[in-house]
Amino acid sequence: MKQDKLEKKQQPRLEKVAGNGLLSRRHLLGLGLGGAGMAMSQAVMGQDSELQLEIPGWSKTPGPGPSAYGSASSHVGLERQSGFGNPLYPGGGASRSPLQHLQGTITPNSLHFERHHAGVPDIDPAGHKLVINGLVRQPLVFEYEDLLKYTMVSRIYFLECSGNSGALLYGGNPDGTAQSLHGLVSCAEWTGIPISTLLEEAGVLPEARWIAAVGADAASMGRSVPLNKAMDDSMLALFQNGEPVRPEQGYPMRLFNPGWEGNTSVKWLTQIKVTREPAQFRDETSKYTDTMPDRKSLQFTFPMDVKSLITSPSGQMTVARNGVYRVNGIAWSGSGSIRRVEVSADGGSTWADALIDSQQLDKALTRFSIPWQWDGSPAVLQSRATDSTGNVQPTREAVIAAKGTINRYHNPCIQSWGVSPSGEVTNVYV
Amino acid sequence: MYTSRKLISALALAGFCSAVFVSSAQESVRLGTPVSEADLAGFDLIAEPSGAGFPSGSGTAAQGKAIFETRCAACHGLDGEGNSAATIIVGGDMQSEDTPLRTVGSYWPYASTVFDFIRRAMPADAPKSLSDEEAYQVAAYVLYLNGLVGENEVLNAETLPQVRMPNADGFIDQSDIQ
Repeated sequence: MKQDKLEKKQQPRLEKVAGNGLLSRRHLLGLGLGGAGMAMSQAVMGQDSELQLEIPGWSKTPGPGPSAYGSASSHVGLERQSGFGNPLYPGGGASRSPLQHLQGTITPNSLHFERHHAGVPDIDPAGHKLVINGLVRQPLVFEYEDLLKYTMVSRIYFLECSGNSGALLYGGNPDGTAQSLHGLVSCAEWTGIPISTLLEEAGVLPEARWIAAVGADAASMGRSVPLNKAMDDSMLALFQNGEPVRPEQGYPMRLFNPGWEGNTSVKWLTQIKVTREPAQFRDETSKYTDTMPDRKSLQFTFPMDVKSLITSPSGQMTVARNGVYRVNGIAWSGSGSIRRVEVSADGGSTWADALIDSQQLDKALTRFSIPWQWDGSPAVLQSRATDSTGNVQPTREAVIAAKGTINRYHNPCIQSWGVSPSGEVTNVYV
Repeated sequence: MYTSRKLISALALAGFCSAVFVSSAQESVRLGTPVSEADLAGFDLIAEPSGAGFPSGSGTAAQGKAIFETRCAACHGLDGEGNSAATIIVGGDMQSEDTPLRTVGSYWPYASTVFDFIRRAMPADAPKSLSDEEAYQVAAYVLYLNGLVGENEVLNAETLPQVRMPNADGFIDQSDIQ
């Protein structure tokens, strides 16, 4: 018995838990990771190193002093990626977060995805008004400086454009990266005033059922939101990751509807009109509606579905033969928290539970990982999330079977990353 | 046992009192300035399917033709045929065998949205540069190009929201089932 234990200790073994080299997540908990690392480095152990380590130059010269507003290292070149832009529609378009280069769950403000319908307005908060009118006892106007005096709440929430991952529905973009295919999702700590506080101050009339939210951009972009959401957890967000909301996220203030399609979280919020019926704005009729195979279109599809994505390895990366990788990615759900993420390396034939490495917050990005030993044979990496309501992320096949191919919104499907014998990772359709 | 129970209820009472205090302090922050709907007439652009929020004024397609040709046709084409997939505003058939072309005429469920969107967001290079009268005229012309109103039909706060759109029954509201 004792002898047996000792032998196991001396020869750490990687526990395979699913096909094509997926290893137990417990190796990431320190139980066997040392063994794995040792196995890999044994080839160079004991050899004379040719390295002659020296004190680097930056340790010999004082660097610049403090700066007014910090920036990333000059050796880190992370950027958002701009997609389509229509010269005839000034300021329209989107930029995507570099998901494959980020870790943890919070998106830095400079890298949070954007989607604008008429550009980013340059708003002087002193001239900005927030009006609440319509079915209220007393219409009110709020000034920015006054709003800062209200009691605020801080919550970490993801935000996802409902057009995110739309290319997968028509089988496009084989060269896509995590960023180009799925970069319309980000996550931040949002601080602001519950919308219910402001609505209660104006006094909502009993017949009210919806609010119509309008932004102060050139498009005066509007969306209707059910009153019960507005009274539940909707927020007038004034701060993003601790600093005033960035202009491209709605400075000086935005509506934030946790878990719901990003477009409903109206930026540069300047009006909330309490109504009985939805206003039927352009962006909730002509756009952001999902046409089904029977040609009926789903409208007001609000919560974003449970979803996950492997961000590393991912499209346009290369993996080396016989390496052990920390496969990792993000998962989220607009209906609750993430309870489970499974990973497959064989295109969905077998699955293994990933380790959840972050907090599992409600309606926030969650980080998962699992070790994977690639032996050089073709592999297809996938992840599949389950949320706290029991919803399971569907396959692409299932999404297309249910919703057809006319629609481009609300695609939560499983992403497949193919790994070729030479180690190139690409977006594949299985 | 008795003492600890007493202590717990004392603590609970203290907690309750402080909660009430915080709640009343919160309610004292009421910094909105009262305003009347009349004051908001030039600010509130929401024009609803019920007709609520439509301004005074009126327009016909015949009146809108010239404005459309100078202010809109560069993107939308002289006859609404567009210059890209995103700017086509006429034609299409939701029941076509191929992927249906979704335009104002084939897809939009409410005529009110045509007026609301033109007034708040068009033309894209100079939003809100049209007068209310011109917005009625251009909306009438867009509906006319789609064969939904007559050339000289007068559209105003009463008549425009009543224009029946072909795809009016084509939407399923998901908000009630969530």
